[in-house]
Amino acid sequence: METQSTEFLNYTVNFGPQHPAAHGVLRLLLELDGEVVERADPHIGFLHRGTEKLLEHKTYLQGVPYFDRLDYMSMMSEEHTWVLAVEKLAGMVVPERAQYIRVIYAELTRILNHLLFLGAHGLDVGAMTMFIYCFRERERIMDMYEAVCGARMHAAYFRPGGVARDLPDGLEEKIQSFVNDFPSKIDEYETLLTNNRIWKQRLVDIGVVSAAEALDLGFAGPMLRGSGIAWDLRKAEPYDAYDRVDFDIPIGKNGDSYDRYLVRVEELRQSNRIIEQCLQQMKPGPVKVENFKSSVPYRQEMQQGMESLIHHFKQFSEGVDVPPGELYVATESPKGEFGVYIISHGGSKPYRVKIRAAGFNHLQAIKTMAKGHMLTDVTTLVGTIDIVFGEIDR
Amino acid sequence: MPENLKQLLVTIHGFGEGLLGPTLWVLAWTVIKIVILLAPVLFMVTYITLAERKIIGFMQVRYGPNRVGIWGILQPLADAAKLIFKELLLPEKADRTVFFLAPALTLVPALIAWAVIPFAPGLVLADINIGILYILAVSSLGVYGIIMAGWGSNNRFSFLGGLRSAAQMVSYEVSMGFTLIPVVLLSGSLNLTDVVNAQKGMWFVIPLLPMFVVYFISVVAETNRAPFDLPEAEAELVAGFITEYSAMSSGLFFMGEYANMILVSFMGSILFLGGWLPPLEILSFIPGVIWLGIKAAFLLFVFLWIRATFPRYRYDQLMRLGWKVFLPISLLWIFVTGLGVLLFGKA
Repeated sequence: METQSTEFLNYTVNFGPQHPAAHGVLRLLLELDGEVVERADPHIGFLHRGTEKLLEHKTYLQGVPYFDRLDYMSMMSEEHTWVLAVEKLAGMVVPERAQYIRVIYAELTRILNHLLFLGAHGLDVGAMTMFIYCFRERERIMDMYEAVCGARMHAAYFRPGGVARDLPDGLEEKIQSFVNDFPSKIDEYETLLTNNRIWKQRLVDIGVVSAAEALDLGFAGPMLRGSGIAWDLRKAEPYDAYDRVDFDIPIGKNGDSYDRYLVRVEELRQSNRIIEQCLQQMKPGPVKVENFKSSVPYRQEMQQGMESLIHHFKQFSEGVDVPPGELYVATESPKGEFGVYIISHGGSKPYRVKIRAAGFNHLQAIKTMAKGHMLTDVTTLVGTIDIVFGEIDR
Repeated sequence: MPENLKQLLVTIHGFGEGLLGPTLWVLAWTVIKIVILLAPVLFMVTYITLAERKIIGFMQVRYGPNRVGIWGILQPLADAAKLIFKELLLPEKADRTVFFLAPALTLVPALIAWAVIPFAPGLVLADINIGILYILAVSSLGVYGIIMAGWGSNNRFSFLGGLRSAAQMVSYEVSMGFTLIPVVLLSGSLNLTDVVNAQKGMWFVIPLLPMFVVYFISVVAETNRAPFDLPEAEAELVAGFITEYSAMSSGLFFMGEYANMILVSFMGSILFLGGWLPPLEILSFIPGVIWLGIKAAFLLFVFLWIRATFPRYRYDQLMRLGWKVFLPISLLWIFVTGLGVLLFGKA
């Protein structure tokens, strides 16, 4: 005799791409058993703009703005990787002041990114006041962006060979005053979240990734450090002025979402420390390579001197010739290891560029992280990964 | 009631009876009373939205609405006008009847519960002797509207929201019901006016403080407000059961939610905070209605305060809190109160 069996089908939900917690255009296919996630399948590509291909048709200088638009929440950090790669390829040595300025802005960008993470993560978990508090401080950093290059987001301020121009008068004091009172703001965020029972209940033991798993999945940045591995490119392979500043690498213990949150909050404090040290160590001086065959001449000279005008014209029409070669340069962007692989066959344009985005590796982990958790936890996970689709889809 | 007011009432009654005849006049008088009761309630509902946006705004270092009228004072009217004139959308595969019945079913129970709320001695629409039971019965009807909305929208997110809401409201209804039993035990009556009068010596919040806390958290959960706003958790379920609703049909849900919020705040003030009784005898020159209003406004403020401060609970955590924490506490306190009443007598 046959026993009668009834099979219940799982409930499939399309999480995104139009979804308030999708952080852009994430499409997650969720297979739910009740509210428990059986399978989370991320679909990507909704924001693909072909950056890598476009870069093949741009001079190295023209490539800079494309990097702003990859991870549009940590603009200057992405530029940083590109200009470092180009400088290494062309063998440029960047003046000291430019190095400090770049570190200051890279760290301001890290604060910018982590504040968005905090705000958006809070909003995902339901603490909406965090979002507004974080944006209050983001606004001040945006103003610093604007002061230095005129744009609040897509700066194109770092250039191969230095930065576009020196800091305007009074900006150093402005940054200093920000640095002075930012720690009290971090305390404010922590009062709202860190020891809040609901916040802990929502984050602790959600999306646990062990150290071994984190390495297997190719994690980097705060995601890797949250799992307890003290790996930071700023310490491991210091670039620019990072070898001259003192900072700690915070690491987590359990590799859950709460640890990753704590790591990022601590990174805010460390970034603040780095900026303060840079401001103290910085001395006046040139902010770009003064060999104007490879770096843009000063505007004043260009308007008066024949030589500079020629350089300017050559650089903005044909571009700077770079010797053939191929190399991979990676930096510690706020989201993790952000790398650029350039193949140059000589000439002023790269032959091929490959971009390694940290978020791509982190997103693939959502499949293992979400399994067995509830639907509500998926929003926590999307938040903790801190994804931006600009860099994942490229 | 003052003598001249009584005189006025007699005059009105006389005039009405002369105009319509005694039977019709009773009916008309009831309608008039309902309108007099509901108009301020609906007024409060519209203005609590503004209060919410303003208060949360200030908690979040921003201003909130300040463009329509001074301090945005006309904002609720503008919102209402917008909601009324927007297009009503019906999802293609939605169940038409259920879909449009649901908002009405959420709002109506929230409004009819007001019938038994006493605002001052004698100032009550229906002074029935089972007021508390009536409110419990009516307020649990609200869940049907939400389930129907979740089902009728034919949308997976809405459906999940509806299911969650049903489970949540039923669970917290239980613990809320249990918190009311000590009150009934102490006052010895289910009539809300009697409950307030029993608090003349001491407000029930003092002997029943844990119950008051449990009551307040339960009603926050029951009205689906943050941090228990899971049914409409925007971060995960988009807007839950409201996702497919537009224009005034979604407006009705919000009106129901706010009306419920105000209702439970008044209930909390009446049951635990002494209703219209002033905190000190010296202050009794201020009318009781104002005292009740102040107490309810404070509870409403706490609603908004919580919303601006806390993250959202997860579904299973919320259930655990309701069944494993609140229910045992309230059961224990019922026992303690019963023992107290047995030994020392009623309040």
